[in-house]
This record gives sequence, structure tokens and C-alpha cells, in this order.
Amino acid sequence: MSEWTRPRHLPEALELLAAAPGQYRVISGGTDLMVESHLAPERHPEFWLDISGLRELQGLQITEEGIRIGAATSLEVIRRHAEVVTHWPMLAASAAVTGAPPIQNRATLGGNVCNASPAADNAPVLLAYGARLEIAHHHGSRWLPYMDFHQGYRKTALQAGELLSALWIPYPPKHSRGYFRKVGTRAAQAIAKVSIAALIEEDSGGMIQGARFGMASVAATPCTLPSVSQYLLGRALRDIADAQVRQRVGQDIAPIQDIRSTTAYRLEIASRLVLEAIHGRSESKKED
Amino acid sequence: MSLTIINQRRDQQVVGPARVDGFAKISGAALYVDDLPAVDALHGTTVRTAGAGGTLQEIVFDPAINWSEFVVVTAQDIPGINAIKLLENDQPVLVERTFRHAGEAVVLLAHADPEKLRIALKGISLVELPNPSPIFDIDDALQARQEIIPGNIYADYLLERGDVAAGEYLADVVIDERFLTPSQEQLYIEPQGMLAHLQEDGSILMEGSLQCPYYVLDALVQCLGMDKDHLRVVQSTTGGAFGGKEDYPSVIACHAALLALKAGGRPVKLIYERGEDLRVTPKRHPSRTLIRLGANKAGELQFIDMDFAIDGGAYRTLSPVVLSRGVIHAPGPYKCPHIRIKGRAVATNHPPFGAFRGFGAPQSILAMEVAMDRLAKKLGMDPVELRKKNLLCTGDLSPTGDVVGKDCFAHAVLDAALEHTHYQQRREEYNAWNAAGHPTRRGIGLATFAHGAGFTGNGELHLASRVSLQALANGHVEILCSNTEMGQGAATTLVQIAAAALGLPMDSVHLAQTDTSRVPNSGPTVASRTCMVVGGLIQKAAGQLLQRLRETMDLAESYDAQSFAAACAGLYAAGDALVTAHYYPPADMLWDEQTFFGRAYASYAWAAYVAEVEVDMITLETHVIDFTAVQEIGKAVHPVIVQGQIEGGVAQGIGYALYEDVLWNERGVMANDRLTNYIIPTSADLGFIHVVLLEGGLGAGPKGAKGVGELPMDGPAPAIVNAIQQALNIDIRQIPVRPEMLLELTVSGGN
Amino acid sequence: MPTTMRINGKAFQSSSAPNARLLDVLRNECDLKGTKEGCGEGECGACAVLVNGKLVNSCLIPLGQMEQAEITTVEGLPEDSALARAFVQCGATQCGICTPGMMLAATALLAEHANPTLEEIRWGLSGNLCRCTGYGRIYAAIAQAAGGSADV
Ligand SMILES: Cc1cc2nc3c(=O)[nH]c(=O)nc-3n(C[C@H](O)[C@H](O)[C@H](O)COP(=O)(O)OP(=O)(O)OC[C@H]3O[C@@H](n4cnc5c(N)ncnc54)[C@H](O)[C@@H]3O)c2cc1C
Ligand code: FES
Ligand code: FES
Repeated sequence: MSEWTRPRHLPEALELLAAAPGQYRVISGGTDLMVESHLAPERHPEFWLDISGLRELQGLQITEEGIRIGAATSLEVIRRHAEVVTHWPMLAASAAVTGAPPIQNRATLGGNVCNASPAADNAPVLLAYGARLEIAHHHGSRWLPYMDFHQGYRKTALQAGELLSALWIPYPPKHSRGYFRKVGTRAAQAIAKVSIAALIEEDSGGMIQGARFGMASVAATPCTLPSVSQYLLGRALRDIADAQVRQRVGQDIAPIQDIRSTTAYRLEIASRLVLEAIHGRSESKKED
Repeated sequence: MSLTIINQRRDQQVVGPARVDGFAKISGAALYVDDLPAVDALHGTTVRTAGAGGTLQEIVFDPAINWSEFVVVTAQDIPGINAIKLLENDQPVLVERTFRHAGEAVVLLAHADPEKLRIALKGISLVELPNPSPIFDIDDALQARQEIIPGNIYADYLLERGDVAAGEYLADVVIDERFLTPSQEQLYIEPQGMLAHLQEDGSILMEGSLQCPYYVLDALVQCLGMDKDHLRVVQSTTGGAFGGKEDYPSVIACHAALLALKAGGRPVKLIYERGEDLRVTPKRHPSRTLIRLGANKAGELQFIDMDFAIDGGAYRTLSPVVLSRGVIHAPGPYKCPHIRIKGRAVATNHPPFGAFRGFGAPQSILAMEVAMDRLAKKLGMDPVELRKKNLLCTGDLSPTGDVVGKDCFAHAVLDAALEHTHYQQRREEYNAWNAAGHPTRRGIGLATFAHGAGFTGNGELHLASRVSLQALANGHVEILCSNTEMGQGAATTLVQIAAAALGLPMDSVHLAQTDTSRVPNSGPTVASRTCMVVGGLIQKAAGQLLQRLRETMDLAESYDAQSFAAACAGLYAAGDALVTAHYYPPADMLWDEQTFFGRAYASYAWAAYVAEVEVDMITLETHVIDFTAVQEIGKAVHPVIVQGQIEGGVAQGIGYALYEDVLWNERGVMANDRLTNYIIPTSADLGFIHVVLLEGGLGAGPKGAKGVGELPMDGPAPAIVNAIQQALNIDIRQIPVRPEMLLELTVSGGN
Repeated sequence: MPTTMRINGKAFQSSSAPNARLLDVLRNECDLKGTKEGCGEGECGACAVLVNGKLVNSCLIPLGQMEQAEITTVEGLPEDSALARAFVQCGATQCGICTPGMMLAATALLAEHANPTLEEIRWGLSGNLCRCTGYGRIYAAIAQAAGGSADV
């Protein structure tokens, strides 16, 4: 018989976690965990910490620099949020293509990130927007660029006793454009074979001032494309050699063959999507 | 020729009487097997072999578990014959020593607590001496370096008309192709299951999700060594089947019954979880087809030469029948003087493959229809023109050598399809679109085909189906037959046919629950035979009932409900209110199943399907933007049901063409055994499916009706493949057409 | 500690373990067999119910999260409604195993969009698999229930 605790406030939860580090299994929307415990009932945890009742982890707040999204906010709330739709359309789009409506009604953004699937649909967008994580511990909070969160296949920077409490996303720079696309096995209820988000900033002369990419399903973790970004910096669109971009995509990702797709497909499509993102042929394209 | 066109336009509300099972299903009141009340029931589970064939050395029971708490069944407990009754007794109910595939049942367990059962399942280990070189590939099986059965061949058929060598001599253009199709999972949303009750008198009541109650009954008779009078099979509401619940329910029923025999009177529920259902139950046969077509310069077919092989899996089950259907349908609705179709069903170490909508025909039709487009391309001819030159007409000789009668609408369906889709105009628009350098390419493709309804040739004769009508004292009439409703609308259609024949409102006619203790054997619910054959029998029985009412109860020539009821009451009181109709084949049904010569089916239904696709040139994902199914079905008994059948079948066909692929692990077990990675289309994936029905009124069923349900599975895949080939100017030889494959084809093909 | 919730408008207290699936509580404790299990992993929607008006898959919901929740199963929908009639008339149900989930998905959809477009309908049902119908008759039924012409 397992034990279930559903605290109302964050400090209470953190205290429990600190008192018994590593003992509790944190559950939020449960859309990953309930599947896992159905498929592998023997791995059923003994102590559950249900964070769905924590007020501090719910909702979205606009600040001067950007938006704070409580880790336990559902994707459905996020994708409908007017400010998100206006200022972070890629996040609205990625939340809207995660699973299907009944999943989005339960699944949380924090859960998507902490579950640390290499295919997490909202990860690329968070990487491209340069999100930061607010990680709470009984002794206080710390900040971590989301870029540094995934440390290996299903390994994150979360330590025993810690909870992800919120995600912070800055406003995108004024002259930036976004590109998001998920390539799944089908239009809904699909795990990504490749997905990408990009935020590209150009000056008035068409020179690239900044380019941030996030990709999923092309490596052991959701990842950025550091060498592509570096190559683009300070270049005008017309000076970009597609072959150079492709080569750097090859350096930055490490796709595998699995039940859903092939290495060759992932590599090629990743390159094509990166080029499409750079050349700006489409904005926040949603698969449907 | 009179043809009625029912154009199911999107903006028109098609109507028909409400489904008789509609309300119960919509309110959640309909009881499926897992919903049946079963006081004190035990849950059953199955211990299965791990290796892809081999020898079972020992069954080890963990001594730490108190096994006396469990009902445990092994092969030793089988009172009758340890074989599942089908065409051949090769498949054991429970493995005793040798086995042929991973996932064969060895031990059955039951307990009241599912949690304990789960733990106990881990407490049983099987010591297996595995088969060192299992066979999973059709051509490997044919080479027969290892043999599962002699030559690895379950069935070997030859359909031969004329002389292919002579045809080769006459052909100016020849194409030579090899096509592969994957296995496909039926994916009924209700997993399989049975509930067995041992009654106080020692008889067994079996309730469950099934298509063919008499198959289950026969299997129980053989396995339990009991006589029919002590066995009763009742169908519970069945949550989809599509062929998948034709033979396998016999296996689960035998297992559940064996457990029930030892469960001390407690009912036993054996319900599969999705993963188990996916791993062990039969699916569509994978196929490999070598095909050569030859035509003269004018585009007239000179020969069709096909080597069609299907993977039957580890036991024979229904493979010979599936193969025979694949062979008969292989040459398509075309006239051709020289035809040779060699068909073989081979043994491999996969779990046995089984029935799935279309039954072998989707595989061979895919090869034929894609090859036709290849031939057209080589001839420099439009695929439509090539088909028009070769489609059968009344008076032509069919591929099986009989003269095609009036009931031939091959040209009519094609013409209707071209008109409805504005085919030529679309084709030009898409060519222009593709030339304009858009980020997508578009194509339009078609398939023309026919499908026989009912059992092949003498099959119906062997079945000797019977249907009864029981008049009740209140003037209502009950239909007694063994045909099952599994979503396809049989209950409604049969009631409608009876009501029309008796001149009664539909709510005075009831379809009795499918219960072998009450209903006669009217044959299995397969092969699109229910409406046509069973419906025909109902009509006949209705005639008999009316005649009896007139002769013995003086029912007038024209009557109202009241006088009908009075006559029924009289008949009922006299104990003479049951009539039974027997099947007799049409007089001109001559069919030789050895040589595939003669008239294979009482009726063929005709179809032309058109797919319009768009391929994303970055990701190579294909989207079906429009789909038109034109089908001549004799008579649409219930247009809404017919339309639903066609739309649903087309959706499965779109899945077959683009997404669905059973992948195998190294032991020959389905590797993508979850709904998250066996991909069927969701509503977000499906565009419009337009259904256009043609009624020629010449089918062998009531009012000229024919079978409907299988054609929609035959046509979508070739139509879609042909559309994609046209869009991308590539040659496709395999389905599903996944983006990964298109990438290989477009990159290596220098496209 | 027992969990208290309202199911189809009636208070209900369950003493199952908090990690029990809502699906099992509904089926086994409440004998509400209209909620079906098609996969047990959130993919098919056969187990769909409304929790506080939102469409969710009950196989993914631990009982522990249902304290004070308002749950609607297919048995809690009105027996006679425009939606139910449209489902019967349009042929939106075939084998029926997906139908309870579809009815709830349709209910949630219509609550949000009184006059849904075809795109909204297709997306609204995309978490509910149907293998029988190809969805066409279901689209038609929802459009009809919304009072529109069945322009699908
Ligand atoms: C049918 C189906 C379809 C799906 N489709 C998609 C899809 O298209 N794309 C996609 O990306 N995902 C998909 N998912 C996966 C899942 O829905 C998402 O990953 C979801 O966002 C997880 O959120 P949750 O709140 O439900 O997580 P939970 O299951 O509650 O938790 C997931 C993991 O994160 C941990 N965790 C959760 N919150 C915190 C926190 N605040 N701090 C620390 N640890 C935490 C948990 O301990 C657990 O390890 C799908 C799942 C299902 C069942
Ligand atoms: S059973 Fe819950 S989604 Fe399939
Ligand atoms: S009606 Fe059978 S699955 Fe939808």
C-alpha cells in the first residue's frame, strides 16, 4: 500500500522532500507517471508527493522582463493564455500540439520538462526562448538556465529535495522572428520524430544578431544547436551557405534510429528545418 | 442497365432508420464482455513461451508462492484434444513440448486478485530449448533451408488462363515489379476477452467478444471433449472485430473454459490487456508479390503473371482461405487473355496471421493496381485510359473464366469517379502546382477493383446456413441467426430486411441475442456475407412465415398489424410459429476450387477510388487532402450504415497506406505493441472521405444488395500510392509510405 | 483517507488507494461500466470522462487527485439530448466502444464552441480513437447537434 501526500503549499512540500530526500515520487498531472506505473506496476513508488494542489506552482504571471509560469500549470491553460498567444506564440503552438485535448487538460509544463524525454514537445520552444528555471528547495530557490537542465538521457539537474517551481521566459527581442515545427508520427497523439524551435534576431540591415535553436528527438536530450548559432552570428542571410549549416547541424545533434524513425531521416529533416527556420519561409508553423 | 446514384454529399443529411443498437451504445448501457456482471469472478492470465519456437523442457513454479490459492491449468488438464479447431489441428491449445512461435500459451492461471495474479505470473518460469534459426521472412521460408512444416507451405494455388508465354510474345511493353505489404493490426478498440461460467449441471456458458459463435462452440467441443448440448456460446456486445475476432476467440474461450472447469464453479474472466492483444492475436498477412504485366502498344493487357506469397505465421489457421481470396482478386476487374497467378501461404515463426477485412485481397490488389500505373507510365498513357481499355464489360471472360453477366459496373464506377472528382482537371491543376515550386507536391491517383461477396464458390454450399424466424404471440417476430453485430450494422440491416419482407414496422422485429443454444448456424459473420446471404435467407424465411400464416391462419393477402398479430397468436398457440430457411446456391454457380475456374462469387461489388494527396517537400509527410470512394453495391439497404462502413474502411485503408506497420523484435513478436507506437489515424489526420454509391440492383441479396464492407479496405492503399507516385514522380514498391521511405526514394532517385 | 467527490451529481466516497486509477473506481466501485478501457495509457480516449468540465482520460488519473472533484461519466449525460439524437440519426456509433468517450468529447467541445467548425471538431476529437467510423458520421452528428447543417 502506498502513501499519498497532497500538500497545499510549497514550503510544506519542500519540507517533506528535505526530510526524506529521494523517497518521494513527485506527481503533477500524472500523464507520464500513470502510464509508467500501468506498464511497470512493480516499479510503483511507495511514497507519492502530489504537487497538483500547490498554489505556488499554478498559473501565469506577466512581469517586466517576461512571464513566469508555475511548473504545475496545465498545457491547456498555457496555450489559451492571451499573453502567451501574443508574445510567445511558439509556446502556445507547442502546448497545442502536445498529445491531444484530454492530455493537455492534465499535462503540466513542469512535468513535460522534468520527465526529461528527449522528445518533449515544449522543450525546443523553451530552449529557443532562453527560458530559466526556478528550482525550489527547503533551503531556498536557485536559478538555472533551462539550457543547462538536461544532463544526459533522462538525467536532469534536479537534486534530491528539489522541485521545479516555475519557468521564466523573457520577452523575445524586438526584431526577432520565431519558427516552430513538430514532425510527429501523425497529427495528434504523436511523439515527435523531429521538432524544432528557433528564435532569430536580425538588425535592420538583415544581419543576424542572435539565433537560438531548440530541438527534440534528435539527441539523448532536448538540445540547442551551438555551432549553428555561432555560425549565423553576424552574418547576413544572403551570406549563409546552406552546406555549412548542414554540416554544423550534423555536429550539434546525434539522432538515433528507433521505432519511430531513422537516423538518416532525422538528420536530413533536422537540416531542412533549420534552413527553413533561418530563411524564414514560415512562421510558427503548426502541424495539422 | 439501370443505375441509381446516391451521392452522399457532405451537406446533405442522409437518413435511414435509427440503428437498433444505437441508444444502448450512446448511453453507455451496452454491456461488453468486461462489463458483464460476474459475481465472485476469478481473473485469468496466460504464461507464454519466450522463444520463436523450440522445445519446452520444464515449467518451474516458484516454491515461495502458495500455488494452491491459484487455479493452475497446463496441457495435462485438457480433457479433449489439445488443438484449436480450425482447418487443421496443428495449433495446440496449450504447449506441451514443441512450439513454433513466441507467445504461445503454456500455463493458465486464475485468481480473484489481479495483483496477486501479476506477481504469480512472475513466479512461473519456462525452461525452453529455443529454435536456433527461426524464419521470419517469406522468401527465406520458401527456400526452406529450415522447415517448420514440409516445404514451409500451407497452401499452393495456381490460377491459370491461357498461356503467359503466348502473352509475352504479344506484348510490346512489359513491366516487372516486386511489392511488399506489412502486417496490419485490426485495432478494434475493445481488446479480446471471454467470460466462462461452469453451470451447476456441469455445462459451460461462454460469453465474449466474438464474430463467429459456432466456431467457438466447435472449438470448445473438441478441446473439452464435451457435447454441444453442454456448451453454450453467447456473444456480448462486441467492440469492433474487422476479422480479428474470427478465429482467435476460440483460443481464449478454450483457455477460459479450462480454467472454469477447475475453478469450483466461480466464473473466470479472461480479458486481454492491449499489449497482450497486440502481441498474440492474429493480424493481416504480410505479403510479397512479384508481378509482370504486358500490354500491346494500344494498352491492351496481354498477360498478367504474378507470384503472390503471404506469411501465414506459425500455424495454418485460416491462411489457405486468405490466400485463395488474394489469388482470386489478384487479376483485378480486367480482361486479359493470359493470366497466371501463383499463390503460396508460407510458414514462419511469427504468431499466426489471420482474418482482417479484405482477407488477402488488399495485398494482391495493391500489387495489381500499382503495377497498372507503372504500366501506364511505361506506355506513356494516362492511367485512366489504360484502365478504360481493359476493364471488364458484360460478355467478357472474367479472369476465372466465366462470362461476365449483366451485373458488371466496372466502367460505370470509373466514369462516376472521374466525374465526381473532376479528375482530369485536378490532374492538370496539380501538375501546374507542382511545376510552380510550392513547398508541397500534389497528386491524384486511382484504383479500380471489384470484390466478391460471400464465401467463395461452393463455400456457401458447405456452410449450409439456416435462419429461423419465430413469430411471437404479440405479433412481433424474432430473427434467429448466428450472425453477429460488431459495429458494422448487421443487427439493424437484418431487422430492416425482415421488417420490410413482413410488412411490419422495425420495432416489431427483434434480432435474438446470438446464443448457440437458441440460434441456428447461419454461418460465420465474415466475408461481407451477412447482408447478402443471411439477409437473403431472412427474406426467404419471411416468405415461408407469411405463407404459413396465410395457409393455416387465413391471413389475408393484405393485412394490418392487428390481423398479423392475431394470426401470429394463433400460430404461436398451435406451437407452429417457427420457420427455418435453408441456403441453396444460385443455379449457375459452378466453381472449381482446384483450378480456380468458374464463377467465384454469386456477386461482385465494383469500385473506383480516387485519392488526392499533398506531400510536404521538407518533411515528406503525406496528407490525404481528398478521398472519393465510388462503389456499386447493388442496393443500399441502409445508406447511413453503408456510408459509415465505407468511411470507416477507407480510414483503415489510409492507415494501411501511410502509417500502419507492425514491427517485429528479434523473436518475431510485435515490437510496437502499444497504441503510442502502432499508429492509426486520429480525427486530426483524416480529411474528407466522399462516398458515392451506385445501385445496379443485380446483387444476389435482398433487393439486389451485395456485400459492402471489404471493398473500402482494398482501394485506398493503391489509390494513395499511385497519387504519391504521380506527385513525386517516383516508383513506390512498399507500404506504408512513410516519410522515411520517401526520403530514401527522393534522395537516391535524384528527384 | 477516503476520497470524496461528486460523480454525476451525486456525492461519492471511495476508500480505494489514492494511486488507484479513476477508471477502476468508476467501473468497479461505482459500477459505471460506460467508461471503457481501451489501452490503459491515455491514447484511445475510451475511458474519457469530464472532471470539473474538462475532458480527461480516467486511466491516467489517480484517485488521490479527485478530492472534491466534479466528475461526469457517460451515464451522467442527459438521456435525451440533441447530441444523443444526432449520434443515433447520423450513424455516429458503430461498435460503440468509443462512443461514451466520444459523447463526452463532443459535450466538452460543444460547451466550448457552440458552433464548432470542422477543424475544431477534428481537433476536439483527436484524443479519442475510433476504428469503425473513420469519424465522418461523428463529425456530422456534432455539427447537427450544434444546429448547423451537417456540412461535414
Ligand atoms: C497519450 C499521451 C500523449 C502524449 N503526448 C505527448 C506529446 O505529444 N508531446 C510530449 O512532449 N509529451 C506527450 N506526452 C507526455 C506527457 O503528457 C507530458 O510529458 C506532460 O507534460 C507531463 O506532465 P505531467 O504533469 O502529466 O507529468 P507527471 O506524469 O506528473 O510527471 C512527469 C515526471 O516529471 C516529474 N515532475 C513533474 N512535475 C515536477 C516538478 N514540478 N518538479 C520536479 N519534478 C516534477 C515527475 O516526478 C515525473 O518524473 C503524452 C502522454 C500521453 C499519455
Ligand atoms: S483506456 Fe484510457 S485512454 Fe485508452
Ligand atoms: S464505433 Fe467502434 S471504435 Fe468507434
